[in-house]
Amino acid sequence: MNLFIRTLQRDLLIHLRGASEVMNPLVFFIVVISLFPLGLGPSPDELSRVAPGVIWVAALLATLMSMDLMFRSDFDDGSLEQMIASGQSLIVMVLAKVGAHWLVSGLPLVLLVPVVGLVLFVDAAGLKAMVISLLLVSPTLSLLGAIGAALTVSLARGGLLVSIIVLPLYVPVLVLATGMVQAAVSGADTTGYLYWLLAALMASLTMAPVAIAASLRVAVDQ
Amino acid sequence: MLQAISLHCDRSRRQLFTALDISVAPGQLLQVRGPNGSGKTTLLKILVGLYTDYRGDIEWSLDRPPLYLGHSPGVNSRMTVVENLKWLCQLQGEHCDDQSIDLVLDALGLHGYQETNCSSLSEGQRKRVNLARFFLVNNPCWVMDEPFSSIDVLGFEHLQQRMQEHLSAGGAIILTSHQELTLDAEIRMLELS
Repeated sequence: MNLFIRTLQRDLLIHLRGASEVMNPLVFFIVVISLFPLGLGPSPDELSRVAPGVIWVAALLATLMSMDLMFRSDFDDGSLEQMIASGQSLIVMVLAKVGAHWLVSGLPLVLLVPVVGLVLFVDAAGLKAMVISLLLVSPTLSLLGAIGAALTVSLARGGLLVSIIVLPLYVPVLVLATGMVQAAVSGADTTGYLYWLLAALMASLTMAPVAIAASLRVAVDQ
Repeated sequence: MLQAISLHCDRSRRQLFTALDISVAPGQLLQVRGPNGSGKTTLLKILVGLYTDYRGDIEWSLDRPPLYLGHSPGVNSRMTVVENLKWLCQLQGEHCDDQSIDLVLDALGLHGYQETNCSSLSEGQRKRVNLARFFLVNNPCWVMDEPFSSIDVLGFEHLQQRMQEHLSAGGAIILTSHQELTLDAEIRMLELS
């Protein structure tokens, strides 16, 4: 537990000191969403119809953009070697690193949704569903994305490769999440979707750290 | 402390070493030498478990893993010297207080750099930050890849002194270096070709 907290503190400190890197995906998210009303025209009906999809795709791409931050500096400066050679649980450290990454990249997206949702004329029920689903899905996206980031960290330019590895894993979550928001907007029951998203979060929370730790060992093993 | 039997390693279809036996006992220093590309770094990585593409058996009889110094300093450039050191000691399961860190930094010529971000340190200074760990934590075995590179004469003396202390206290050291060491301990050579 101590190791988890220390790692979390360390990574938060590193992320917050590199604020511009952390801000990039958030700015991207806002810019993409604010461009849609310009491209589609200001009709509230049309905008509110496409809003869930637009917000979800933008959130997904913003998450992908930030993935490179997760392990890159640790790999380059040799911290990763030290972590593995220390004999401490790499899984615990990985979980803390993903947690820190989510706090600076995923959580801000969740907080931004009510604001950008208003820009796209999403109603109150839709906003509520969107915030809840993004709260459940963004940690899942961070965990799954970290697998791709860990696999490609030893490559100089792994950006595109991360997308190819990770997007297929993102698709089911994206389908469920947009489904939940559509259901909420049309007044249907969302409990089923909620359980599915929770299940996805639990599955990735338990399994992804093992895969990430193994991928990092492979990255260093050369 | 360490028993490695019939180690064999190939890299890019080239045999680095075969049927290599290594044993290190408390109080001993094993100096690995050889030309560039002879597999010194690979050997050390194998010993600490960072490189796994080898055959043979390695047995450590230690209650905690060896303290490893690699080519990269393992120092994050956004954190200060003290923050980095605290984290690195934490990784070894030890808590270091500010006072002992100050003392070590003074000895290593990093006095006044405590709150400096590591991005503004030179290569040699970053290396010293990592070397400061060896003054702060008490792992029984050290595995050091070129500990003396980019270190000046004074740093070399300090490090040798600390190595002497460590060996006298029953610790062991495995290192790669071309420097002649003047230590009062059993120094064994391993030549890789």
